[in-house]
Amino acid sequence: MREIAYEDLVKSVKAMVMHTASHLPEDALKAIEEAYNNEESEVAKSVLKQILDNAHLASSEDRPLCQDTGLAVYFVKVGEDVKVVGGSIRDAINQATEEAYKDGYLRASTCECFDRHNLKDEVGYNLPAVIHFDIVEGDKIEIEYAAKGGGSENVSRATVLAPAQGKEGIKNFVKQVISDAGPNPCPPIIVGVGIGGTFEVAAKSSKHALFREAGTPNENPVLDEFEKELKKELNNLGIGAMGMGGTQTVLAVHIEKNPCHIASLPVSVNVQCHSSRHSHITL
Amino acid sequence: MAEYHLTTPLSDEDVSKLKAGDIVYLNSTIYTARDAAHKRLVDLIDNGKELPFDLQGSVIYFVGPTPPKPGEPIGSAGPTTSYRMDSYSPILISHGQKGMIGKGKRNEAVKEACKKYKAVYFGATGGAGALIAKAIKEAEVIAYPELGPEAIRKLKVEEFPVTVINDTYGNDLYEIGRAKYEVKE
Repeated sequence: MREIAYEDLVKSVKAMVMHTASHLPEDALKAIEEAYNNEESEVAKSVLKQILDNAHLASSEDRPLCQDTGLAVYFVKVGEDVKVVGGSIRDAINQATEEAYKDGYLRASTCECFDRHNLKDEVGYNLPAVIHFDIVEGDKIEIEYAAKGGGSENVSRATVLAPAQGKEGIKNFVKQVISDAGPNPCPPIIVGVGIGGTFEVAAKSSKHALFREAGTPNENPVLDEFEKELKKELNNLGIGAMGMGGTQTVLAVHIEKNPCHIASLPVSVNVQCHSSRHSHITL
Repeated sequence: MAEYHLTTPLSDEDVSKLKAGDIVYLNSTIYTARDAAHKRLVDLIDNGKELPFDLQGSVIYFVGPTPPKPGEPIGSAGPTTSYRMDSYSPILISHGQKGMIGKGKRNEAVKEACKKYKAVYFGATGGAGALIAKAIKEAEVIAYPELGPEAIRKLKVEEFPVTVINDTYGNDLYEIGRAKYEVKE
């Protein structure tokens, strides 16, 4: 059994969280640059220019890209042959999250649902982190991380279609969600689509789809084709950067698909704003 | 698409010349408020009490900034989504507020209030919080410090960049811009 020290895990995760808040990853940067080059609207182009200037400023001065520094969301794959010594993996991730948000001057956005008060003085600064665990073969711990903002989360939707509605039904649902969202989720956006599984599996898949590098092809050629088709039709909506009208609304569409019940066709759409702050480490 | 440099407080004349799509650079004082602060302001008006700042000609920025680093006035400070303020804004506008800065769609009641009382809704670029913070020279919490990022702050701004989304004539840049680039199948 391979061993990893609790403190090492905290240190690695904390460094990743702090870095991600101010450094837009290469894939997002490239996708926005491409949108800038292809945009026909002068107004939208000037917005995209601001977004790029912001990204360069944030990384050079180590400032948060956006004031919504998000809820900390993790997908964690734990190998069956690795053990964390000195504490639990969950505690290590929560501790790293709290320290990173505090030391990095990031905003604590976690609150109680009904009276909306910030929970930082009770459960910890921007805690609890949202952690999805999976157990896999091997002796590694793989952690994918994203700082997920509220504006794009607010327009995300899930449904269960009738199987007869098929791909056409899925397409219409995705288009409706993005059309209704309009300027609100800070376009240009990345659209995560989870298809199949049960209701919650579709939702989780749509979230995980956002962690894929933008611009990389889907491994499944049928889904790859579907992603391209959806991207084109979503861009035809004309929403544009920050909703001011334009040809570049969607940076990428990412689909994850799971087997589902013979009676159901669950679909979930999770939207990611242009500030696609994500990263991953393997320990 | 025209470009203007305006100084707050804004007058009816200032806002009447603005059209959806115009670029505006704001100077002098603006105030921050999000959902919780808006609720408190409207409660004060309902109870006939005095507000923590003068609403006449005021511009309110919908923002909850990150904590400032030592020696800096403010952290990253981009706009938050505005529809959450839709139920409060018309009341504030009817009491003299002239400008709102945020991102995203407003409802009909807000657009109507902009027409009736002469006020404008400005859009700032969401997710450009580091860049926008450069236009904020001073920040002071003037009310509700217990709300943390949602406290009301008085900001001194220089050439704060915004775009007119809803003007005093009922125009909406989100509708105009989208209609122009929508490809019908």
